Amino acid sequence: MSKLTDIAPRDFSLHPPRIALDYRSSLSRGPIHKPIVFATTMTEATGPTFGHDVLGPNDHDLLINHAVAGGLVIGPRIMVHGVLRDGDGRPVPNALIEVWQANAGGRYRHKKDAYLAPLDPNFGGCGRVITSEDGSYSFRTVQPGAYPWPNGGNDWRPAHIHFSVFGMAFSQRLITQMYFEGDPHIALCPIAQSIPDAAAIDRLTARLDMDATVPMDIRAFRFDIVLRGRGATLFENQLEGT
Amino acid sequence: MAKLPESASQTAGPYVHIGCVPEFAGLERGYQSQLGTSLRADLTGDPITVRGRIIDGMGDPVLDGLVEIWQPDGAGTFHKNGKGFGRAPSDAETGEFVIETVMPGAVIDQNGTLQSPHLALWIVARGINVGLHTRAYFAENVADDDPILSMIEPTRRTTLIAQKGSNGYQLDIHLQGENETVFFDV
Ligand SMILES: [Fe+3]
Repeated sequence: MSKLTDIAPRDFSLHPPRIALDYRSSLSRGPIHKPIVFATTMTEATGPTFGHDVLGPNDHDLLINHAVAGGLVIGPRIMVHGVLRDGDGRPVPNALIEVWQANAGGRYRHKKDAYLAPLDPNFGGCGRVITSEDGSYSFRTVQPGAYPWPNGGNDWRPAHIHFSVFGMAFSQRLITQMYFEGDPHIALCPIAQSIPDAAAIDRLTARLDMDATVPMDIRAFRFDIVLRGRGATLFENQLEGT
Repeated sequence: MAKLPESASQTAGPYVHIGCVPEFAGLERGYQSQLGTSLRADLTGDPITVRGRIIDGMGDPVLDGLVEIWQPDGAGTFHKNGKGFGRAPSDAETGEFVIETVMPGAVIDQNGTLQSPHLALWIVARGINVGLHTRAYFAENVADDDPILSMIEPTRRTTLIAQKGSNGYQLDIHLQGENETVFFDV
């Protein structure tokens, strides 16, 4: 590795607490002790990067990557696109984004998901892309359905797509969820509402994008993602010079 | 440059295996290659195996978890192109994760500090709202003056140290409880 990148401290006011009282699973799975803080070391300043060659030709197209030849996925066809940036506003190129989701009926292709909605034989529910030089990404899929989940009450997840995002450093690693503009379940969801900042929840909400929507084919949703930036203590010239 | 607010974390939920280790999750028409399965093949060094379980505050194993690994090779060098990245999902029945890799070398940091050999680990699962960073050190390879371990009170330091047994190294990750693992905000 040629240079070390310092990573900005995480802004915990923008993230859910480790234990969120209304999200019951977090009660026994969120650590109690305060995390130990230390200056970025080589271990966290570096991280895995992946070349475009790890991708298969259809990894970014959930409408066909699990379908039998000629098979069509059931549900609303959508394209999700956006730009991955860091907290300093820089686009993050060549970064892997993995997505997974329920089908249009709200059912996951997983042996432990026993929800009443049927599996779609042509839909697997996972895909991956690598961002372009300008940090942009896009993938096609079906709009997922809301689904019920056991949390002690009448809880339904808003329609969502799970995102796993790699940056340039292991400490930037992020898993989050994308919601859809206008979904009334967002305001009712203990997981979405575990985020203490309303604007931060809003930033996880994709917007209908008619400019990128393809007439008579597929609707587009826009979802931008921001990873932690570099620390303020390390200047550009220090990085390059040493 | 403009400061942008970072995107909020959300739990990986119970089905993170679909997205990150789809073959393991049983997706029969998956990717050409599942990432994070070739630590030992990608890195030079002495083969080791680390086994453990993620344990919740009730003492139960987490069955839907995923451990991610980032490490240097046996000489302490970090590589690019995904070499040194691994994924170890919790077994859906027992909760056991298995990391098949090589013993990492000591890492010399930019400022010349020497870090004892370690694996960086990142833990996600249902109920974990923000992915948890921790490390695995190795009992016989821990320097007394390791800069990170020295910051941690001795009674809790042991939660980061894998012990060698007949079946390889063993390290359980305790999310809560008496033996709660030390997690980092890094
Ligand atoms: Fe989900």
